Amino acid sequence: MNDRKYIIAGLVIFIAIFTFPFWYNLGKASPGPDIKLTEKAKAAKQCVMPTEYMRAEHMHLLDIWRHAVVRNSDRTFVNASGKEFTMSLSNTCLDCHSNKAEFCDKCHDYASVRPYCFDCHIDNPKEKK
Amino acid sequence: MNVKYMYSLLAVIVLFLLAYLGVEAAGLRMLFGIVIPYVAVGVFLLGVIYRVMGWARSAVPFQIPSTCGQQKSLPWIKPNKIDNPFTPGAVVVRMFLEVCCFRSLFRNTRNAIKEGKLIFEWEIWLWVAALAFHYAFLTVIIRHMRLFTNPVPVCIQMVEKLDSFFRFEILTNTMQVGLPGFYLSGLILLAAVTFLLLRRMMIPQVRYISQAADYFPLFLIFGIAFTGILMRYFTKVDIVAAKELAMGLVSFHPAIPARAIGGVFYVHLFFVCTLLAYFPFSKLMHMGGIFLSPTRNLPGNSRAVRHVNPWNYPVEVHTYEEYEEEFREKMIEAGLPVEKE
Repeated sequence: MNDRKYIIAGLVIFIAIFTFPFWYNLGKASPGPDIKLTEKAKAAKQCVMPTEYMRAEHMHLLDIWRHAVVRNSDRTFVNASGKEFTMSLSNTCLDCHSNKAEFCDKCHDYASVRPYCFDCHIDNPKEKK
Repeated sequence: MNVKYMYSLLAVIVLFLLAYLGVEAAGLRMLFGIVIPYVAVGVFLLGVIYRVMGWARSAVPFQIPSTCGQQKSLPWIKPNKIDNPFTPGAVVVRMFLEVCCFRSLFRNTRNAIKEGKLIFEWEIWLWVAALAFHYAFLTVIIRHMRLFTNPVPVCIQMVEKLDSFFRFEILTNTMQVGLPGFYLSGLILLAAVTFLLLRRMMIPQVRYISQAADYFPLFLIFGIAFTGILMRYFTKVDIVAAKELAMGLVSFHPAIPARAIGGVFYVHLFFVCTLLAYFPFSKLMHMGGIFLSPTRNLPGNSRAVRHVNPWNYPVEVHTYEEYEEEFREKMIEAGLPVEKE
């Protein structure tokens, strides 16, 4: 058919859509998130689990904690090296990592993740033991 | 056992091992994380352009719309405006319904012999599964843009939010699903691709016409969905490192992040790259082809408008008038009748 101009127009539109991430990020430097640890977290050296595990699976761990506390009223977590922690987002995690904007939010914003943990756990008064 | 799907399955398993061992054992992160993705995107783009321009160059010597209704003819015969479109506008409506709603698949029938008679039954499940598959895949692609854009556009965040609206959290001692938010599109994609695969394997008539090239993309897409779900809910990967790799690729500053991303991630990426590079040279090009099928995009106006192939060169003709003009005197001499004296 002599519809080549329509075909080329369609092809150009398709290529424009397909290459969207390339031109959307053009000229924008996008370094990975630069998270800051608080002095307390730096002093502790290690989180409740190894750093690699925490990076990938902290949401999994928090879910396990929630399950243990809410369903089984078990509030003590013992990690691989035998150290004991109280299972509490507000009292344990956010005690060291008290800089939510500089720590939690940096990666969550970068990866476009909106956890609903903080709907309750940061502005509200801390849980009582 | 059928060699056609065994070969396809074997090919996907080999691809899996290539990527997994290539990264975990041989440490070829540069190859699988940077070189192959760029090559795959390049092959995809050039391949699509090549294929579509090939179709654009093809002659369409005949008006061949598939007629699924009464063509417009005499004023007292009611035409079917959409199934046998007469105007370009009606063609657009027909194409829209075809591309977005898979209308011709909706008419799918299956035949069977019941009580010694051959009967045709309406079969809707192919249409349902195809629709679910394509839209789930589209949603999956759109929400993956969160790993390729920074900051993430609001519309992509909205798609993500809609996709994960269904709160579905299971935690047992052995399994944990639903945190991070559960994406419906991933599950629907996996379920639909499984159905389409089983349909090809189980129904004898469909199995008979299925080739290795039909099974391979299904196995490959199954692998993509499976590794994606595996990474999200089961063996987690460092998502921030994954995004750093993706952002490096799309901003043309490719770098392998210092922190390790699991081997499953590279398998997922390699499967996607294989799909991209395979796409232009396979049946998957129906994505472009559906727009260019002459049986769909031509109006059914063959009684009213003469279709001329634009490739036709002007044919030199010698009409009778010209012939007579040339030989009139000789014809009169020979006593032959002429139209003009």
